[in-house]
Amino acid sequence: MDKQLYMLKINNLKASIEGNKILTGINLDVKPGEVHAIMGPNGSGKSTLSSVIAGREEYEVEDGTIDFDGESIMDLSPEERAHKGIFLSFQYPIEIPGVSVSNFLKTSLNESRKAQGLEPMPAGDLLKMMREKMELLEIKKGFLSRSLNQGFSGGEKKRNEIFQMAMLEPKLAILDETDSGLDIDALRIVANGVNKLKSKDNATVLITHYQRLLDYIVPDFVHVLYNGRIVKSGTKDLAHELEEKGYDWIIKEAEQL
Amino acid sequence: MSEEEKILEEVTGADYKYGFTTDIESDTIPKGLNEDVVRLISSKKEEPEWLLKYRLKAFETWKKMEEPDWANIKYNKPDYQDIIYYAAPKQKKKLNSLDELDPEMKKTFDKLGISIDEQKKLAGVAVDFVMDSVSVATSFKDKLGELGIIFCSISEAVKEHPELVKKYIGTVVPTSDNFFSALNSAVFTDGSFCYIPKGVKCPMELSTYFRINQAGTGQFERTLLIADEGSYVSYLEGCTAPMRDENQLHAAVVELIAMDDAEIKYSTVQNWYPGDANGVGGVFNFVTKRGICHNRSKISWTQVETGSAVTWKYPSCILKGDNSIGEFYSVAVTNNYQQADTGTKMIHLGKNSKSTIISKGICAGKSEGSYRGLVKIQKSAENARNFSQCDSLLMGDKCGSHTFPYIEVKNKSAKIEHEATTSKIGEDQIFYCNQRGIGTEEAIALIVNGYCKDVLNQLPMEFAVEAQKLLAISLEGSVG
Repeated sequence: MDKQLYMLKINNLKASIEGNKILTGINLDVKPGEVHAIMGPNGSGKSTLSSVIAGREEYEVEDGTIDFDGESIMDLSPEERAHKGIFLSFQYPIEIPGVSVSNFLKTSLNESRKAQGLEPMPAGDLLKMMREKMELLEIKKGFLSRSLNQGFSGGEKKRNEIFQMAMLEPKLAILDETDSGLDIDALRIVANGVNKLKSKDNATVLITHYQRLLDYIVPDFVHVLYNGRIVKSGTKDLAHELEEKGYDWIIKEAEQL
Repeated sequence: MSEEEKILEEVTGADYKYGFTTDIESDTIPKGLNEDVVRLISSKKEEPEWLLKYRLKAFETWKKMEEPDWANIKYNKPDYQDIIYYAAPKQKKKLNSLDELDPEMKKTFDKLGISIDEQKKLAGVAVDFVMDSVSVATSFKDKLGELGIIFCSISEAVKEHPELVKKYIGTVVPTSDNFFSALNSAVFTDGSFCYIPKGVKCPMELSTYFRINQAGTGQFERTLLIADEGSYVSYLEGCTAPMRDENQLHAAVVELIAMDDAEIKYSTVQNWYPGDANGVGGVFNFVTKRGICHNRSKISWTQVETGSAVTWKYPSCILKGDNSIGEFYSVAVTNNYQQADTGTKMIHLGKNSKSTIISKGICAGKSEGSYRGLVKIQKSAENARNFSQCDSLLMGDKCGSHTFPYIEVKNKSAKIEHEATTSKIGEDQIFYCNQRGIGTEEAIALIVNGYCKDVLNQLPMEFAVEAQKLLAISLEGSVG
């Protein structure tokens, strides 16, 4: 009952990589329709958190649980989590030479459909959908036939991530430092795309260093991550406070605990 | 287990999908090779005197030669006296159409996913099946006949077009060229013959499916393809072989002749049995392929090599004519204990002759893959050009990739470029695909196909699809 209210429920999550403890007890609840921002200084564990939710196997989960739509996803492979509707926009999108954007998207979309017992999407429908989403993100036509992320500018890479998100229509989108490396125009386009894709049924987790992105995508909740734990949560006002005063005061507060 | 080790194991765990044999009665002769065997083969095939003489001369040459050992491959040299040199499937009657094919044989092709029904649907493909050493059926012959195109088995060509065979056989690959070509010249039993008359553009892809079937039978294919002045032909060759415990020898010779202004596109998908995961069994593939280009002509070799325990193969071009063009596009996959030493030779003799080499090696398991290429610019080759690109993709850390590019330039006006890269499939790439819902196996296939795109693009459409499937199968594992 209560469980069903949460799309994502993380309880006391502890994770390490190569013996280094990175996450030391994360608690986070995300409901459909919400936007959460996770902020924090470098090395606080923000990217690790996103990787662990996505199921990256290099990380050792030592304790805690991650539930998605009321079920544990701890034993699921990364692709199974993706099929359930978890999307991670990478901080550094990966290049795959010789694989076109359209071919990658087609494979990605149809693998997810296959997992749901659906037939591959007819080519015509796929193309139509791609065109719509490209328009949303102001992507030029020749983009589809380029090799995935190869020779892309920083802005193009991030736009491509959001384009994939638009195509895959995930329930939960985790955007890892999507604003880094973007100029102000690209930031506006990307943020605009994310806003248009928001609905009462999906949720967004923004991982960011800066308040800047939050001017465009307004969060319902802001969490500060420090030393692998959420040390403070609040509303968007907390982000403004951080912008003004930096992280030091929170760190001091946290260390006194 | 790290992601990489897992992938490695999955890849190594791939079983050969096409391992089965067809139960068809065969007409064979005793094992071993001597002059009498050469004579017997010639008489069984009712050959003219000149061809018998050609064979006997080749046999004499072969006896004096030694098996080469300069290639970067290690294998137990076959016992040439322990091989059956002739096997023909017994047939009740001669086939008029593919419909009359033996049901057993039909089943074999169905299993391969290249069923004849499917082939027929692929409009415009004339197929000349080679089951063991004798052609079983040939189709679309009438249609080609109208254009004056000859496409038949080499035995048939010897009977019906002896003047053409006599004129051209051995002109590009002389019997004395190498150990395996000499052996082939002495004992070849079948293969294909193709002649495109002056000015004719062959309207369909010509294709042949080769297959070794008889246990312990070496297959010695002989292919002769002549494109007369101003003609064009695209020729496809694809092979799969059933699973075997013992090594099977395959020593084919392919000769291409492109007369003035002619163009030949020769595509191969090779999937001989590579041996099991422990390196037991598998086909030894020692092939001599060479073409000669006259003025303004072009020969383009495209190959996708996924099979064989040992591959020794260098499709080459002799760019004799002025303004002639030679191309070589290759994907060579090695897995488990496979070894491949493959590449090309581009011999520039003509003025303004151009050549392009794109080689993509993929090594997995404990395999060894080598690119060996020679670009030779002779003194007469004014303004010759070559561009070579040799890339290697490694999967895991137990395989090896090697590149041996030889360049000899005797004319100062030549321009030669050589590029080479080595890369690995990264965990980052796999995870990125996984996160987008693409499983690891599928991700590897996607990445590998992307890596090979420049070569796969050279293949005719339906063949490219088949080649992509084959790449996926070769690297497929037992995820589950």
